[in-house]
Amino acid sequence: MIKQFIRLEWKSFTRSASFKVNLALKILMLLGALFGILYFLALGVWAYFLIEKKISPNPLGVINRFLIFYLLADLVMRYFLQKMPILNIKPLLYLPLTKNQVVSFGINKTILSFFNIIHAFFFIPFSIVMLFKGHPFINVLGWHVAILGLIYCNNFINIFVNNKDVIFYTVVGIIIVLGASIYYDLFDVTVYTAPVFQAFYDMPYLAITSIILAFILYKMAFNYFRKNFYLDAGLAKKVDIAQTDNMTWLDRFGSVSTFLKNDIKLIRRNKRSKTTVLMSVLFIFYGLLFFTGSIEAYDGPFWRVFAGIFVSGGFLFSFGQFVPSWDSSYYPLMMSQNIRYREYLESKWFLMVIATIVTTLLASFYLYFGWQAYAAVVVGAIYNIGVNSHIVLWGGAYIKTPIDLTSNKKAFGDKKAFNVKTLLLTIPKLLLPMVIYALGHFLHGEVLGFLLVAVFGLIGFMFKNKVFEIIEKIYKTEKYKTLAAYKQKN
Amino acid sequence: MIITTNLSKKYNDNLVLNIDSLEIPKGQSFGLVGNNGAGKTTYFSLLLDLIQPTTGFIKNNDIQVDESENWKPFTSAFIDETFLIGYLTAEEYFYFIGELRGQNKSDVDALIAQFEDFFHGEILNQKKYLRDLSKGNQKKAGIVAALIGNPEVIILDEPFANLDPTTQIRLKAIIKDLAETKGITVLISSHDLLHVTDVCERIVVLEKGEIVKDLKTSTETLKELEAHFSGSEAV
Repeated sequence: MIKQFIRLEWKSFTRSASFKVNLALKILMLLGALFGILYFLALGVWAYFLIEKKISPNPLGVINRFLIFYLLADLVMRYFLQKMPILNIKPLLYLPLTKNQVVSFGINKTILSFFNIIHAFFFIPFSIVMLFKGHPFINVLGWHVAILGLIYCNNFINIFVNNKDVIFYTVVGIIIVLGASIYYDLFDVTVYTAPVFQAFYDMPYLAITSIILAFILYKMAFNYFRKNFYLDAGLAKKVDIAQTDNMTWLDRFGSVSTFLKNDIKLIRRNKRSKTTVLMSVLFIFYGLLFFTGSIEAYDGPFWRVFAGIFVSGGFLFSFGQFVPSWDSSYYPLMMSQNIRYREYLESKWFLMVIATIVTTLLASFYLYFGWQAYAAVVVGAIYNIGVNSHIVLWGGAYIKTPIDLTSNKKAFGDKKAFNVKTLLLTIPKLLLPMVIYALGHFLHGEVLGFLLVAVFGLIGFMFKNKVFEIIEKIYKTEKYKTLAAYKQKN
Repeated sequence: MIITTNLSKKYNDNLVLNIDSLEIPKGQSFGLVGNNGAGKTTYFSLLLDLIQPTTGFIKNNDIQVDESENWKPFTSAFIDETFLIGYLTAEEYFYFIGELRGQNKSDVDALIAQFEDFFHGEILNQKKYLRDLSKGNQKKAGIVAALIGNPEVIILDEPFANLDPTTQIRLKAIIKDLAETKGITVLISSHDLLHVTDVCERIVVLEKGEIVKDLKTSTETLKELEAHFSGSEAV
């Protein structure tokens, strides 16, 4: 029986759509994975020495302090990226297998998941270094095993919370609140959690508790699915209650409103697009890295513009690059209807402009860091609206990745979206405004720099019609290829 | 109305459709039958310019479909669920299609009011998005959406599949009405020989992409088709 299961798994792995890419990309992916592993390994090996030298003579203490955040962040990562084992066992339901077998197979499968193994690349080298540094074996072992148990706790917790957005946002909220209160010296949660992790080291036999906890969670996950192992219970698709909204207030936008209404519904009613909005909100805070001077490398003056572009353009980039893929699931309908491409594009453009303006207003708190910081955001917004909105739509016309609106899979980038054309397009998107600013900055001063970027944005705005014509042409010439590509579901 | 000339479609070296000549006059109810892989959906996709022909062309009302898009205003279709927008409710979807086809809300309301018993109380006011409807109900919504905006050509791929018997009978009445009293050219494909002979004036049998029969429907047609598909050709 197990053999059959493993064979099924192997086939689903080797035949998954992500492997059906050309050789060059395969090599690139492999290199990427290798670098990821090496990076973690190096981190594991060097972390000890680095912390010892730069921060504190007690690296284990430092790690223990931040471990709570590490684990919480891991939970968030898993929520987004780790696929649930239960989803693809439907075909096994009516086969002559006991339910226990199928459920435990589904859950056991997650034990070998990449999301568990990746941590080994950090913790194993780190533990080995500790041994070399003269920490006693039995204590290191206890600590190591305890962490292992906690990571598996995360694994099983994730099985529970999957698809329960409330829990997810709670965890994110907790992280933000705890992080902020440490930053502002209000309340330091690590004071309470660090001793717990330290205890695993000091009293290695305590590690058994984390293993027991993981085991209990395993049993709970098992029982949860065993009990709900019916098509209309645990295996059922979640059905949303539909809300009708005619959005008549949008009619003032004239002919564009048909699509605009649809796009707003698209964003509001689909998981994937909601994630995109969430990400663009996070982008607003990206500028903090630059303007607070927390990272030395970003102190050069033209980095301000870089930050400004990202702060105001989060939605523009994350949404715009996938036009028209957002409509991929019903593209044949769009192509056989009376679609005026111009209005279709215009609606997406409108949406990006509105979002950019809103984010710029929200980002006004950057004034706190001086007028230059907010000027960079405003100028970035002008450049985004004038130039980048066109470039993003233009680049999107070449991306033929079907989007599954109902899942978050691949929400964080997709190798197909990464091609030479889109890479080349980042030059005008990011580098050009930085160069323009630098020119003005070093010729005369920051005011000229900001002005130049804004002027470029306004010039770009004048080319809107021309650019839309070009994109329309691309849409028409690529129509059949796009239709065929969207048909291939993963 | 629809003239097909030297049309063929190849995937690699595999010829999936090859029609020398096929003419469908205005107002005809036209049925396409054939086993899986006979080329029915391929033909409809070519007609809607969703795929490119390898050779030849189709003219819809004198407009060559792969060169001009002017056939779109008077042609509508429901092929499969990729013609539905999953995150809309049925009403929103109808209004959206209506707006694309130059119909205002009350036009659309008036049209869908005629299909109340066809919907059987399972489509409208359901507080459900299309993606959460059952396959059969999705199909009903898609078929009715294809009737919005006074199209002259309606293309329905397998309209009877997944529908319950009551709805099948109602759908037959609707299709007959379209062709007979409104002069609309209706193209349907089906695996169900009985339905297709009931509804269509003319039936074309496709086999491996070629037309093997072109029948004007009569009382004998069903028998002839059954004989053809069971392999014992009646003479």
